Amino acid sequence: MAEMRRTRPGTMRLIDAVKYRLPVAALVSILHRISGVVMFALLPLVIWMFDVSVTSEISFERFTSAFSAGLGFVPGWLVKIAMLGLIWAFLHHFIAGVRHLWMDMTHSVSKAQGHSSAVATLIGSLTLTVVLGAKLFGVY
Amino acid sequence: MSVNYGSKRVVVGAHYGMRDWLSQRVTATLMALFTVLLLAQVIFTSGPIGYDTWAGIFAAQWMKVLTLVIFFSLGWHAWVGVRDIWMDYVKPAAIRLVLQVFTIVWLVGCMGWAIQVLWRL
Repeated sequence: MAEMRRTRPGTMRLIDAVKYRLPVAALVSILHRISGVVMFALLPLVIWMFDVSVTSEISFERFTSAFSAGLGFVPGWLVKIAMLGLIWAFLHHFIAGVRHLWMDMTHSVSKAQGHSSAVATLIGSLTLTVVLGAKLFGVY
Repeated sequence: MSVNYGSKRVVVGAHYGMRDWLSQRVTATLMALFTVLLLAQVIFTSGPIGYDTWAGIFAAQWMKVLTLVIFFSLGWHAWVGVRDIWMDYVKPAAIRLVLQVFTIVWLVGCMGWAIQVLWRL
């Protein structure tokens, strides 16, 4: 411990955070934050999709063609990748959020519960992302 | 209590943790329930979903009011969350202020657009 203190480089910077061991619960936590930022950044895209999908039949066509013909200079596959990112972000944020509510309501905050619920969150969000992503890319 | 006015006034930090904590959970619950409601309407539609079905979901007045509430929830929720990020990682008060103003502009702009779309239906 004393040795660690001596070798500490001084004030912690954000880059130092990558040196920390990341248990599953911590991974879920930082992904909760990252997924939130992704949705915040892509919010105009979401509202654009809401706009064109509900405004008229003509604009609805533009909505569906964005995934095949693309959107302006952005090709269709890139729109689908962005959608896949949004789908993952929403699912992870949703499930991790429900996990938070469950922890708050039932006081399920032991180390073991934190670990198992974090694993469940990752499995749930990734599985659903794969299922919906396969649909998005026309696998079924 | 220590001096908290003039040049000594604290201009950083939230200072109202309980309100933010609770509002983030309340808005999250509202959005989660809305998601389930919207998904249910989509899933229980037989056949492919065309324009009429999709736009029809948002055409009812009660659904418009509900969707509006969800937009506000989203804005509030995202504001608390994004501001937390700035408070965690950005220390200089000036840069943080600029980022917070940007966040408000971004969110209010998006909300305005969404509301316009909703009430044009």
